[in-house]
Amino acid sequence: MSRGFGDIYLTLFGLELSVMFQYRAAVVIWLLGLVLQPVVYMVVWLRVAEAKGGKVGDFDAGSIVAYFLVMMLVNHATFTWHMFEMGWRVRSGFYNAILVQPLHPWHRDVLANVAYKVLALGVILPVAALLAWYFEPTLQPPLWAVAAFVPAVILAFFTRFLFEWALGLLAFWITDTSGLNNLYMAFILIFSGRLAPLDLLPPILQTIAAWSPFEWMVAFPVELLLGRLTPEQTMHGLAMQVLWIAIGFAVMQLTWVRASSRYSAVGA
Amino acid sequence: MNALRLLLLFFRLGAMNEVQYRANFWIQLVRTAMNLGFALFAVFIVYEQTTHLNGWTMPELVVLMGVWTLMGGLVGVVVQPSMEKLIEDVREGTLDFCLTKPEDAQILVSLSQVKVWRLLDVLVGPIVIALALAHMGKATGWQESIAFAVTLLSGSIILYSFWLMLSTVSFWFIRIDNILMIFHSMYDAARWPISIYPGWMQAMLTFLVPVAFAVTVPAGALVGRLPLHWLVGTIVLAALLLALSRWFWKVGLRHYSGASA
Repeated sequence: MSRGFGDIYLTLFGLELSVMFQYRAAVVIWLLGLVLQPVVYMVVWLRVAEAKGGKVGDFDAGSIVAYFLVMMLVNHATFTWHMFEMGWRVRSGFYNAILVQPLHPWHRDVLANVAYKVLALGVILPVAALLAWYFEPTLQPPLWAVAAFVPAVILAFFTRFLFEWALGLLAFWITDTSGLNNLYMAFILIFSGRLAPLDLLPPILQTIAAWSPFEWMVAFPVELLLGRLTPEQTMHGLAMQVLWIAIGFAVMQLTWVRASSRYSAVGA
Repeated sequence: MNALRLLLLFFRLGAMNEVQYRANFWIQLVRTAMNLGFALFAVFIVYEQTTHLNGWTMPELVVLMGVWTLMGGLVGVVVQPSMEKLIEDVREGTLDFCLTKPEDAQILVSLSQVKVWRLLDVLVGPIVIALALAHMGKATGWQESIAFAVTLLSGSIILYSFWLMLSTVSFWFIRIDNILMIFHSMYDAARWPISIYPGWMQAMLTFLVPVAFAVTVPAGALVGRLPLHWLVGTIVLAALLLALSRWFWKVGLRHYSGASA
């Protein structure tokens, strides 16, 4: 045992951070979609509430704004892009370099993800503050909900990361995974509460969302911080997250073992 | 006319190239179905709660989604692939091959790549529009039809000019492939009527990235929701941008230093 896990993590994190810093213009451009999409649906639902005389479901204008702004931040904290990269990694032989390292590649992707997000926070926080100033959200969560929000977001990140990473691994079998990725994106948009708060969807879709991992990836932490959940619902949500992380980890590991033994290197 | 002849020629080339990859047709079919399905699903969810969105009824919004699909298809068939190729050519220096040909370089680079399967969006869009119009049961008058045709053409010209100017920037800044992502984010916002957004967002979607003219304006013209001064403004802007992008392209071209320089 020459060096501890912590050392490796720190070194890799520094490395990924400097890589991200090289692409700082791209970092900002990526953010545009992440910011614009929630704002678009926020405006759509604000107009719907207006047409109905101020409220849609039990959301008034202030809570719609709060919902979508918190959602923007939670989505930023939890989203991953590795499934879009995986196909390229397989085709170009980039995996050769990763597979010889004595570390499961997902560690490195987690660090790249965190590095991107830390860097992007410098942009997204001021933007969120500006939007909050302009649209005036109403947000008064109880203190315990704020405290529970932190682990909920971290667990949401790992739930999403594991499933999306496992999805990306399908690139070892299928050459073009962009269709699959798009399908997944449509599902997560609907069932994680990014298109509309889940309470506004037809009941059947709400049930599907609750039984899928999607609700726990984004919608749950958002509703928690909005103060829309009871302590019991919060405990249930955290338990569901742990459950889905366990399932996601098993799926990811099983896929990874099969994928990496199937991999035949491209390149020199 | 020369441009038209070239377009047909490149179209044949692109088609011949693409039929080699027949699986791509099915991939595009699934993609088109998914995009449209999702867009219509979002409309359905919204109109579950209300009957009007800033004055737009559900069939009117479906018309807008149809225009959105059609325009996205037009950009996807020829404009975007050609401009991506242009940016790559500038970086690699392979634009030389294009400049030495005895045709107008702007026309050549604007038509150089044709993604034939994206025509599916161009076909499906009008079908959606026609179905929504039929559902409304209101006969579309000749004024609306003409206004639609004119704004559709102007909107395409505006989008094309915008893409050309954006790509021309690559003569100065070599790495701009990421800038193209800005367009996609903005185009996503254009699937709702521009009038629902607050003023500063409307200004962004109208003047910064002019997607408003491509989707909301033609759709508004078709359902009779377009004030006359917008119609005139769209035509004038199209002419202006076309001239401006032509000028900008020529300035940019002078900055091109070639592969070996």
